[in-house]
Amino acid sequence: MVIKMRTSMHDKISERVMRIRGSGIREFFDIAQRMSDVISLGVGEPDFTAPWSVREACIYALEKGYTSYTSNWGILELREAISDMIYKETGVYYNPENEIIVTTGVSEAADIAIRAVINAGDEVILHEPSYVSYEPCTIFAGGVPVSVRTHVEDEFRLNADALESKITDRTKVLILNYPNNPTGAIMRRKDLEEIADVVCEHDLIVISDEIYSKLTYEGKHVSIASLDEEMKNRTIMLNGLSKSHAMTGFRIGFASGSPVIIEAMMKIHQYTMLCAPTTAQIAALEALRDENSVERMVAEYNRRRRMIVSGLRDIGLDCFEPKGAFYAFPSIRSTGMTSEMFARNLLFEEHVVVVPGNVFGDSGEGFIRCAYTLSLHKIREALSRIERFIDRHCR
Amino acid sequence: MLCGVAAASHVEMVVMNSEYEKVKNEILHILEENARARESEISRMLGISEEEVKRIIEDLERRGVIRGYRAVIDWEKAGVECVRALIEVKVSPERSTGYDTIAERIAKFPEVKTVRLVSGEYDLSVLVEGKTMRDVAYFVAEKIAPLERVRETVTHFLLKTYKEEGILYEDEKENRRLTISL
Repeated sequence: MVIKMRTSMHDKISERVMRIRGSGIREFFDIAQRMSDVISLGVGEPDFTAPWSVREACIYALEKGYTSYTSNWGILELREAISDMIYKETGVYYNPENEIIVTTGVSEAADIAIRAVINAGDEVILHEPSYVSYEPCTIFAGGVPVSVRTHVEDEFRLNADALESKITDRTKVLILNYPNNPTGAIMRRKDLEEIADVVCEHDLIVISDEIYSKLTYEGKHVSIASLDEEMKNRTIMLNGLSKSHAMTGFRIGFASGSPVIIEAMMKIHQYTMLCAPTTAQIAALEALRDENSVERMVAEYNRRRRMIVSGLRDIGLDCFEPKGAFYAFPSIRSTGMTSEMFARNLLFEEHVVVVPGNVFGDSGEGFIRCAYTLSLHKIREALSRIERFIDRHCR
Repeated sequence: MLCGVAAASHVEMVVMNSEYEKVKNEILHILEENARARESEISRMLGISEEEVKRIIEDLERRGVIRGYRAVIDWEKAGVECVRALIEVKVSPERSTGYDTIAERIAKFPEVKTVRLVSGEYDLSVLVEGKTMRDVAYFVAEKIAPLERVRETVTHFLLKTYKEEGILYEDEKENRRLTISL
């Protein structure tokens, strides 16, 4: 009698996927999701709903039956509107015909950008603390992620010397994310110029995730692609409407860059995604016509930003002033707890959710990410609960 | 067209710079949204000192830009009887003062909560509040309709309020977002 051995499905999983470190944080997230009376400072998306005119346009598109595929590149009218928007915001002009592609969220854009330029073994530099998707996408593409630490003393700006020290002859890409998730840091023109020098010297490609560009509270957002023709050529600029227009669920993003690279990204996109959701593209077109709602949202976020930063400082937590995105990144070192301990205990004792900084890399250890994507009223409540928590543990 | 009840606009003797304008308008937006916002909070939200906030608010109150502070109450929920009606009033305007005199006369009644001059088929839109429908109907019949320059009134009783002053009356469904998203 032959005894058939049952194969474990674990053996079937690709090596690359296996390499992605399972976050022990998943369990923490699940618990938070199921708890009641929770105030969450852990939501990385706006608490606003997409403007009514945008939803209306989407509904109308459905009524009119726009349910079929669009061009792989995305609706031309939308690309034209995107080109206008980018030009207005950064001064960089991209040809809607061949230098812009509409993707299913910036997430897809980042993924195909990496896949379009990375060969097996190529190194991709990420500045830490880093948004969680870049490392896995690099690994999926067969690349090697390399981290550069940023420091609160530098307001989490990427330092050119630190960057240079990590470059090897296999370094191919630098991924920039400013305004930054999770720190809320921004880069000024001169900071970008220094980075650009290193980039050009070592012949790197830059993937610049600028999804939070419209949430800049001091000065104007500067894109590294705008510095000069050379940088425009080397940069794949990513942006979208998720954070600025509260359209996270629509899944619309876009990439712009040199026609050669965009076309390469197109090749992947056309065989995988085919096209971004059609009705969402139509809604996006409407969104780009509505500038007022963005202004109002930014003003509201700014008020919350000031409230939460001063509130955290009053409680006794060191917090550098974030000038972009919608995150505060205070240090909890003074409590003597690790980020995870702090987050876990805070959740169980006070039902407040924050994301421990180490989720975003080792440089995030000792910090927590507090998103101010909730009303002033709830922010106040969260702050008073955190204060109670700290009083109980540290005084 | 005149707007009798709106904020007065004065010719400014003091030159206001645009920075002040921005801050002043932000304070107004905050207070419009939440009349109970404390000066300490406003000062934090805008990154200016509390004294500055106090000064600006006092100035705005004095000049009549801020004309009052009101809480928006759902009286039905409070268990208090309250009936409101929107009255469309057709008026014969006066030669020299137009609609002002009659509008101001109507506005004097404490039962009258809002008086507005509007475009369209009638002239004044008046919101009246009373304890019962009868009270409101009698008020209109005895106090408004007989006024000399009032030609006609049409009364609409407010049956159900869905939204008032930008505030929804139905408790919004619990936030549908995920509790954590990176």
